[in-house]
Amino acid sequence: MNMSAPLVSAPLVLGIETSCDETGIGIVRGNTLLANVIASSMDEHARYGGVVPEIAARAHLEALTPALTAALAEAGVALHELDAIAVTSGPGLSGALMVGVGAAKALSVALDKPLYAVNHLVGHVGADVLSESGPIDYPTVALLVSGGHTSLLLVRDLVSDVELLGETIDDAAGEAFDKVARLLGLPYPGGPEIDRAAIDGDPTAIRFPRGLSLPKDLEKHRYDFSFSGLKTSVARWVEQYRDTGAELPVADVAASFREAVVDVLLTKAIAACHAHGVPRLLLGGGVVANARVRQLAEVRCAANGIQLRIPPLSLCTDNGAMIAALGAQLIAAGHAASHLSFGADSTLPVTQIQA
Amino acid sequence: MLLSIDTSAGTSVAVVDRDRGILAEYAEADTRRHAEVIGDLILACMSEADLAVTALSGVAIGMGPGPFTGLRVGIAAGQAFAFGAGKPVVPVISHDAIAFGHYAAGGTGPLLVVTDARRREVYWSTYRGADAAGLPERVDLPGLIRPDDLPSAVADYEHYVRLDADMVSAGAAGMLAETLFLHKRPFAGAEPLYLRSPDVTLPAGPKRVS
Ligand SMILES: [Zn+2]
Repeated sequence: MNMSAPLVSAPLVLGIETSCDETGIGIVRGNTLLANVIASSMDEHARYGGVVPEIAARAHLEALTPALTAALAEAGVALHELDAIAVTSGPGLSGALMVGVGAAKALSVALDKPLYAVNHLVGHVGADVLSESGPIDYPTVALLVSGGHTSLLLVRDLVSDVELLGETIDDAAGEAFDKVARLLGLPYPGGPEIDRAAIDGDPTAIRFPRGLSLPKDLEKHRYDFSFSGLKTSVARWVEQYRDTGAELPVADVAASFREAVVDVLLTKAIAACHAHGVPRLLLGGGVVANARVRQLAEVRCAANGIQLRIPPLSLCTDNGAMIAALGAQLIAAGHAASHLSFGADSTLPVTQIQA
Repeated sequence: MLLSIDTSAGTSVAVVDRDRGILAEYAEADTRRHAEVIGDLILACMSEADLAVTALSGVAIGMGPGPFTGLRVGIAAGQAFAFGAGKPVVPVISHDAIAFGHYAAGGTGPLLVVTDARRREVYWSTYRGADAAGLPERVDLPGLIRPDDLPSAVADYEHYVRLDADMVSAGAAGMLAETLFLHKRPFAGAEPLYLRSPDVTLPAGPKRVS
């Protein structure tokens, strides 16, 4: 197989994403989005209160071919016109990743097209090249928050230099939302439910702890996150309140919990911008759908002279277009295709942009 | 001609032709490397058979039974290859491929096929023999069982030749598919034979923390 980068400035790339519970097929031409088809198995996980890996993997297999068909139709392109294929090789759920990896390899051989195995987290950053905000200025700090990850990155160059500043040491922020929602008797997924419940709540009603924010924690975990203590603290507060027999002030609990999460996320992100002298912050991941995250990011960034970028929500949740976009950026930078022998790597480090 | 893929045990890929038999076959026995090796094995088979993708008439896929993570890699790859090539998918039952290979090599009579299902269980299928076309006559759909329970689960257990396989040949799966097509027999269903439900536990209500 020919593995050198296709010599086109705006390559036509199909991206395959199966790292969690969304089967995403995207098609881009350079920085132009042509198709972004997402099939989610979220409903199948709802009764379990979180993503069940095997259910997600089975759903990917069922969804893949229909999603490919739909994406090609949406983009109005034929398979043979593609310049390359890109696929998420990690990080993520390994059984789920393997469906996309197996399919992408076979498709690449069948079509004799180069294949780019890319990093899911860097893909989240790369998604924003497809937005109307124009090219991303580097370096930028990126805060990626979803049900699966909570990561703070320093991106000096999308295709060659990404550094992990910090990440969650226990639950992802999205998971914390799911768990607290359950505590409050709200359905899965918890993010939008907490958001709704918090509308009439007072975010200062209860002072929940900000994880890893004390001076002694900051020495070792300056940019890391922890949400399991917060979750326990909310649980304890709720229990003690219920023990009094009074009706739980759900709106205040939801608003105060959400404020604790959002506050710590943005405090650390802005601190990273200052420490590295980077006046730019990019948000990504499904938690960006949370109204308070966007709102507080705008306020804090404006107050600190930091330029804020938030991709449209359809590009923030897991999708194939961001994978295709990162593939297109790698090609434009002259990177050779991946060897066919790469595997699914559930813990692929963010420094490894291409496998 | 068919590209054939089976990952119900190790990873096996072949190119077969109804008249000329198995033109190329490559396998990796390691049951934890399906995703790594699948692309190279397909490429190796296509190169050795010296075929353009357009020369294929379809893609045979072993649908299991098999441990789900590995099994799915082959099915995903087979479906994607077929999609890319614009060719139909031809699903077969992996145990039938083992039985087909057994009878094609001269075996006769009742056959018990057993493969590893992990977690101290095995997949099993029984066959009466092969018909005039050489196609194995399966008694029932494949099952999942603890190895110790197998002798009592199979009526007339001692009459069967028992074949414990640690690899399913994609060449045999492909030739089975060719033979089914030739004799206008039905292929397998489109559903993977996982034979196990996903591991899930319904969340208990929140536990007290104080
Ligand atoms: Zn993600």
